[in-house]
Amino acid sequence: MQQRGIVAWLLLLPAAVLLAAFTHYPALATLYHSLFSTPKAGRPSVWIGAENYQAMLADPVFWQSLRNNALFALGTIPTSIALALAMALLVNGKLRGRAVVRLAYFTPTILPMIAVANIWLFFYTPGYGLLEQVTGRLGLPSHNWLGSRDTALGCLVVVTVWKEAGFFMIFYLAALQAIAPVLSEAASIEGAGRWYFFRRVTFPLLMPTTLFVLVNAVINSFRLVDHVVVMTRGGPDNASSLLLYYIYDVGFKFWDTGYAAALTMALLVILASLAIGQFTLLDRRIHYR
Amino acid sequence: MRLARVVGAASTLVLAMLGAGAIAQQATEITFYYPIAVGGPITKIIDGYAEQFGREHPDIKVKPVYTGTYQESIVKALTAHKSNEPPTTAILLSTDMFTLIDEDAIVPWEDLARAADDQAWMKSFFPAFMKNSQTGGKTWGIPFQRSTIVLYWNKEAFKEVGLDPNKPPTTWAEQVEFARKLTKRDAGGNVSQWGVQVPSSGFPYWLFQGFTTQNDVLLMNEAGNQTFYDKPAVVESLQYWVDLSQKHKVMAPGVIEWGTTPKDFFERKTAMMWTTTGNLTNVRNNAKFDFGVAMLPAGKHRGSPTGGGNFYVFKKAAPAQQQAAVKLAKWMTSPERAAQWGIDTGYVAVRPDAWQTPAMKKYVDGFPAAAVARDQLQYAVAELSTHENQRVTKALNDGLQAALTGAKSPAQAMKDAQAEAERILRPYRR
Repeated sequence: MQQRGIVAWLLLLPAAVLLAAFTHYPALATLYHSLFSTPKAGRPSVWIGAENYQAMLADPVFWQSLRNNALFALGTIPTSIALALAMALLVNGKLRGRAVVRLAYFTPTILPMIAVANIWLFFYTPGYGLLEQVTGRLGLPSHNWLGSRDTALGCLVVVTVWKEAGFFMIFYLAALQAIAPVLSEAASIEGAGRWYFFRRVTFPLLMPTTLFVLVNAVINSFRLVDHVVVMTRGGPDNASSLLLYYIYDVGFKFWDTGYAAALTMALLVILASLAIGQFTLLDRRIHYR
Repeated sequence: MRLARVVGAASTLVLAMLGAGAIAQQATEITFYYPIAVGGPITKIIDGYAEQFGREHPDIKVKPVYTGTYQESIVKALTAHKSNEPPTTAILLSTDMFTLIDEDAIVPWEDLARAADDQAWMKSFFPAFMKNSQTGGKTWGIPFQRSTIVLYWNKEAFKEVGLDPNKPPTTWAEQVEFARKLTKRDAGGNVSQWGVQVPSSGFPYWLFQGFTTQNDVLLMNEAGNQTFYDKPAVVESLQYWVDLSQKHKVMAPGVIEWGTTPKDFFERKTAMMWTTTGNLTNVRNNAKFDFGVAMLPAGKHRGSPTGGGNFYVFKKAAPAQQQAAVKLAKWMTSPERAAQWGIDTGYVAVRPDAWQTPAMKKYVDGFPAAAVARDQLQYAVAELSTHENQRVTKALNDGLQAALTGAKSPAQAMKDAQAEAERILRPYRR
């Protein structure tokens, strides 16, 4: 009995060590550092308690980044999930050139984000960019898409949806193929319509996948900043600054590591509470087989 | 002279006996961080320099490390410094000086270069470039790849609207007047060609310094612990910039991307543009029309900030390495090499005597535009650089973008930027 316990612990050990070293320790170290001032030459780090957090609450750029991030999440998550599901249903059916369409949907995912952002940068270029060429043909006036406060964030949302939908589609596609065909046969014998079948059978069976995708989409909406670096650098006037991008700015441009640690804690708390909320609230309503 | 040489030889001998005993067997290896800031086969040139330097100095081995953009390079250099494995020397932005001093990462050149001819060497550069390289009576950076902002204009576009293709605007009023003529609108009011374009993404403060310098006002003090963002003359300068798009409607509205501005110029979306001299070779290779390069138009007088990178030597490097770095810096900034570097890249050769070399004279004769940036140096001021440089600069950048996108009035934007800069810099004045 005791020996089995040891074996179990040994089996758990590799995962536990990795988790502790790369997740738990950094989180605790961040919390610790956020309570100290940033060390500078000749001025060592001192305990300042919650001062970094007070500065954070008074920092308009922090609030703006947070608001931007909320808008960014709202803009990307539902759209990319709905799009992924629609695309998966489409390429799961009988369709000529199915492999080609699947590949086309998946391509954005395998391209490196920095390269993609550079391509989109030219799509959005005022005057002769791809977007402007289309709107110009339609006789619409020229617009500085990335250079105006109203549209910069929206432009980033579009890029992210385009990039993510194909990735999520793969999960839905796998899940769809795992649904036994007998179900649809049974349903058609019972006389269920396609929409009814989707609503009452397919969609509930996809719920575990939806939860997985949703968690990933939420994390990604706080994690993806590569395109911000390339396309807007948070501008104009912080209109497209996301929380993680701001943390990078504070940590590695301003070298204010103490304050950056406090901002990171804010991000951690947000992500942790979102994850807990998702698992506890949604889990109850999900049917696992 | 003779005495100096004897002293020099003697000190070399003493050094060799004291320190070099251990390393006599093997060459001193130095790491050299180099950022890739402009296009072209720059790494090849630098590799060539390292190799040639190694052949001429068998006791020194230079290891170039390409560290990405300027921004990435300072991050890498400071991270390496904090983990006690700094590069021996690095090319970093001249404006990073205060940051590097605050982190106690670099040593002044006076402490290293003590040979007889070193004083003369440190005085051999254009004074405009030294403004960003010295503070508190010490020299912290040696100019290597430096630039200023210049005006490029499309001569064909000038001819089309009846302007003299060989006369660029020389004043603020002319700039507006010419730009108005050069702006082409169709019947629906859509613009197919703008008159002028001053980019405002990424680092708008640098371009803005063009306007403020021309309006005879400085943005910061020499000690780098105070900014003057809300002075009336600064607000006036911003008003002029904002008016170009909002009042005169001769420049595209909103924030204009730095990276695509040369392309806008090649595509004839703008007839004039402000950008760095570092783009000269790029424009020369890609513009399908006759173009000109001029000094920026004058407000109260002409003016432009300098820009670009300096040599720094890191404090935590071994003394033998630091001495080797001095040799490298001296070797790379010799008149002939400075001239060739300028010809190959478009950067301004950093010392007056480089422009007297036969190679440079021949180049300027064939391509007079190359000398415009040099001639503008007499009106040049130091690029904005303070303690906590990135953060203080961001305060200004945010304010500029807020004004250019119409979110704030120029006066309000500069007042907010100054308040933020004050908050950050106050501790450095104690």
